[in-house]
Amino acid sequence: MIVIIDYQAGNLTSVVRSLKALGVEGRVTQDPAVVAQASRVIFPGVGAAGKAMATLRELGLDQALRQSFQLGIPILGICLGAQIILEHSEENDAACLGLLPGRTRALPRVEALKIPHMGWNQVRYLGAHQVFKGLPEGAEYYFVHSYYPAPARQTMVLGVTEHGIEFPSAIGWRNLVATQFHPEKSGRFGLQILENFLAWDGSGAE
Amino acid sequence: MLSKRIIPCLDVRDGRTTKGIKFKNNVDIGDPVAMARFYYEAGADELVFYDITASSDRRNIMIEVVRRVAAEILIPFSVGGGIRNLNDMRDVLLAGAEKVSVNSAAILDPALITAGAQAFGSQCMVLGMDVKRVTPSGTIPSGYEMVIHGGRTSMGIDALWWAQEAVRLGAGEICLNSIDADGTQAGYELTLTRMISEAVPIPVIASGGAGTPEHLRQVLTEGRADAALIASMVHYGTYTIKGIKDYLAQGHIPVRLVW
Repeated sequence: MIVIIDYQAGNLTSVVRSLKALGVEGRVTQDPAVVAQASRVIFPGVGAAGKAMATLRELGLDQALRQSFQLGIPILGICLGAQIILEHSEENDAACLGLLPGRTRALPRVEALKIPHMGWNQVRYLGAHQVFKGLPEGAEYYFVHSYYPAPARQTMVLGVTEHGIEFPSAIGWRNLVATQFHPEKSGRFGLQILENFLAWDGSGAE
Repeated sequence: MLSKRIIPCLDVRDGRTTKGIKFKNNVDIGDPVAMARFYYEAGADELVFYDITASSDRRNIMIEVVRRVAAEILIPFSVGGGIRNLNDMRDVLLAGAEKVSVNSAAILDPALITAGAQAFGSQCMVLGMDVKRVTPSGTIPSGYEMVIHGGRTSMGIDALWWAQEAVRLGAGEICLNSIDADGTQAGYELTLTRMISEAVPIPVIASGGAGTPEHLRQVLTEGRADAALIASMVHYGTYTIKGIKDYLAQGHIPVRLVW
């Protein structure tokens, strides 16, 4: 069962629909007991880190996610879900899940660059992760964010994107991968990433 | 580097688009869902639907369109026209739109922007602005005034002030339409677009006046726009999105070329 975690952080219909386009039914849930039965977990979300963490704790989903991670269940974080898996976020100075060591930082305000970083941009993939295979040079992905994930170790950065600075836009460790961009809104290349994730056994770089 | 977005705009009345497009094959011209699919495959970076339905069951018709479009395309799209309150926003977003655009309702009730941003996030909240050039005055120091009802009603509000106020209230993006340029196909209003885009930290979509790829180049460089709305120039088959993007790429403007 593929579980999509709903912690009241934005609209999950596009994630459900993109899975449907791959012929797969995702189950949207707020119930930690359902998460415990998942064979795969998708952890999307938009919004502010502080409120998101408060809701996750209130619903008991923070523990459920930690458990899934420890059990080796493949997990895909998207957008806010790529940020609050780290230990801390500069947004609301929030303590986060800490599945990966590192911090979420604000995109720096650079002259004439718009924040939020909104629209299509490229990802330069580092190394060869199963979830990011088969993507052509020049492919672009849809981003909407003002913060970015900065894992503590360079080996956890699987892809980088440039907007004023070069920031990690795809990260991962062990059975966890996460994208700052939205694969579910990124056309067929985004769909390719979701398809790769569904086929991934969860083995990743240590 | 962030690409400049090319965004076809579809006007929808009673569930049908008001301007058809020249399809090569037997596609139902005027069906917004078929058009959305066509533009998605043709390389549109995003779509805008503008609901101009006047009938009383307008909302239901449009929600059904949104739901069917969302099932067909995997790029963001926004819906504007007749968004009056949080319920309207929720209906459109839950049906699968990425963003909602508020225009006159936000002028009449600015708290709507804040309420929408708090409920759904700033990234969902697009401020639509219809703007008319006027002689600068004490009330309208920028020389650009907010108008509604397609330009027939002047609001006595300065466009520059309103753009900055909307950012403060929580808008995540501005779709800036020049009433003077709209429908002329003679080029975007560059002075207005540059003034607003340089004054706000959020992305600005330029709207009104697109007739040639060169017009897009101008508004994305001199006009400082982050995205350009297009309508007739693609609806009637005069240009393709690919052709426009190739032209912009030759002018060293970052655009999404692989899709």
